[in-house]
Amino acid sequence: MEAERAEKTRMMTEDYSLFYGDFKALNNINIKIPTNKITAFIGPSGCGKSTLLRSFNRMNDLIPGVTTAGTIFLDGRNVAREDVVELRKKVGMVFQRPNPFPKSIFDNVAYGPRLHGTKNRSDLAVIVEKSLKRAALWEEVKDDLHKSGMSLSGGQQQRLCIARAIAIEPEVILMDEPASALDPVATLKIEELMNVLKRNYTIAIVTHNMQQAGRVSDYTAFMLTDEKRAGNLIELGPTKQIFTTPSDSRTEDYISGRFG
Amino acid sequence: MKKRNAAQNTAFGVFWLTGAVAVLIMGFVVGYIMVKGLPGITADFFTTSPRGGLSGDGGIYSTIVTTFYMIVVTLVFATPLGVGAAIYLTEYSSNIDNKAICKLVSIARFGIETLAGVPSIIFGLFGYALFVSALNMGFSILSASLAGACLIIPVIIRTTEEALKSVPQGYREGSLALGANRWETTWKVVLPAALRGISTGILLSAGRIVSETAIFFVTLGGSYRVPHSLMSGGRTMALHVYYLAMETRAFDKAMSTAAVLVALIIIMNLTINTITSRISTKQG
Repeated sequence: MEAERAEKTRMMTEDYSLFYGDFKALNNINIKIPTNKITAFIGPSGCGKSTLLRSFNRMNDLIPGVTTAGTIFLDGRNVAREDVVELRKKVGMVFQRPNPFPKSIFDNVAYGPRLHGTKNRSDLAVIVEKSLKRAALWEEVKDDLHKSGMSLSGGQQQRLCIARAIAIEPEVILMDEPASALDPVATLKIEELMNVLKRNYTIAIVTHNMQQAGRVSDYTAFMLTDEKRAGNLIELGPTKQIFTTPSDSRTEDYISGRFG
Repeated sequence: MKKRNAAQNTAFGVFWLTGAVAVLIMGFVVGYIMVKGLPGITADFFTTSPRGGLSGDGGIYSTIVTTFYMIVVTLVFATPLGVGAAIYLTEYSSNIDNKAICKLVSIARFGIETLAGVPSIIFGLFGYALFVSALNMGFSILSASLAGACLIIPVIIRTTEEALKSVPQGYREGSLALGANRWETTWKVVLPAALRGISTGILLSAGRIVSETAIFFVTLGGSYRVPHSLMSGGRTMALHVYYLAMETRAFDKAMSTAAVLVALIIIMNLTINTITSRISTKQG
């Protein structure tokens, strides 16, 4: 436990609640996302784990009628007060379904850097190569950078989306069930990649797959809905501890497959 | 089992028959026009203008030019307005919390749907009252294009909206998550992805301009001379068919013009089909 406290916190929520209109979807969440670690969010469908993840880069701002209470911090700064463009530059996101743009592989990766002001073609080429290498996709596509990103396989598309996210050098990468639409081999590749990526980035991942959480994450957060269907954080701890000796009986029930 | 199969065969037989009848009728109309019209079509027919008068002599050169101007000028007015309105309706209005604006948007939607069902002669009357008379533009390509734009804007809005809606939400989220704002997302990701669908809508509208008569009857004048400016009057091919058939003895010329018109419409529809089939193979 001492070592844990010494770790730096990249993101943090403080008494964070979220409402869709009158409906409370997240109830008083207090959580810390440690720097350069992988934190997994698990829990049954509808427990609010994706909603929480999408709060970290304020994607929920897009939904009319959403209001929040409490605070989310990135490096000690309130994300609600940050410029949303700056926030999303620092907090990247990879979605459940691979969503490359109908553009070339090059233009997909260069999309973010171009938005944020890199115009020079050779600078872009450097960024694209570096990002694709980090996403472990370079070797497979280096001769086909002009081809449409849509022409790749599902697993490659997802790695392209990861390359696209890291091309703008974020600090945090949010992954919303990044492998749920992929086959086992492609899933394994993404998991290996996450392990490499955590050296440079802080990763938060939502997953339905408990084995996946067990394999890849350093910390696991277990969420569950209460009797009013609002999502609550039940327990957060080192993954090993959550999977072997959880302190809450509901976590144990879920881990051992008694529900969910 | 045999009974059910017999029922199925009868049903399919009936549907086949109705389908066949529909195709036959269409084939008959197009075929009749082509048989009557094609013999009159020579190179001169395209390159000389109508001579006017009761005889209906001359070709259709000036009506081709007028039709072309009408398409271009009308689209210049209607495309930015229609596409812009559709972008606002699909990409922006759904994210507004303000009750008053939401109400306005729903009124606008209702208005657009109503406009799409208004008979074209009503737009013609409106164009005549406003552009031709009140604004003193006279019977001119300008007046007729503005009236025509009113007619096709609802078409462009609807088809553009459909095209924008068919762009997967994931593209928008992906772009926004990279720090793009809504406009950058619309301009750089959504519009390019919807471009084929939008072009289809614009081509459909161009087809509307080509085939419309009533609205231009009361705004374009009917001069058979080659237009030399936006303020010139003129007659489109469709209008020319009407004049030839009703006011001259040259029914054969009307048929020939109609044949050219039908061929043009068929070409436009084939183009639309090519575009849309490419969309489905690309997305499928």
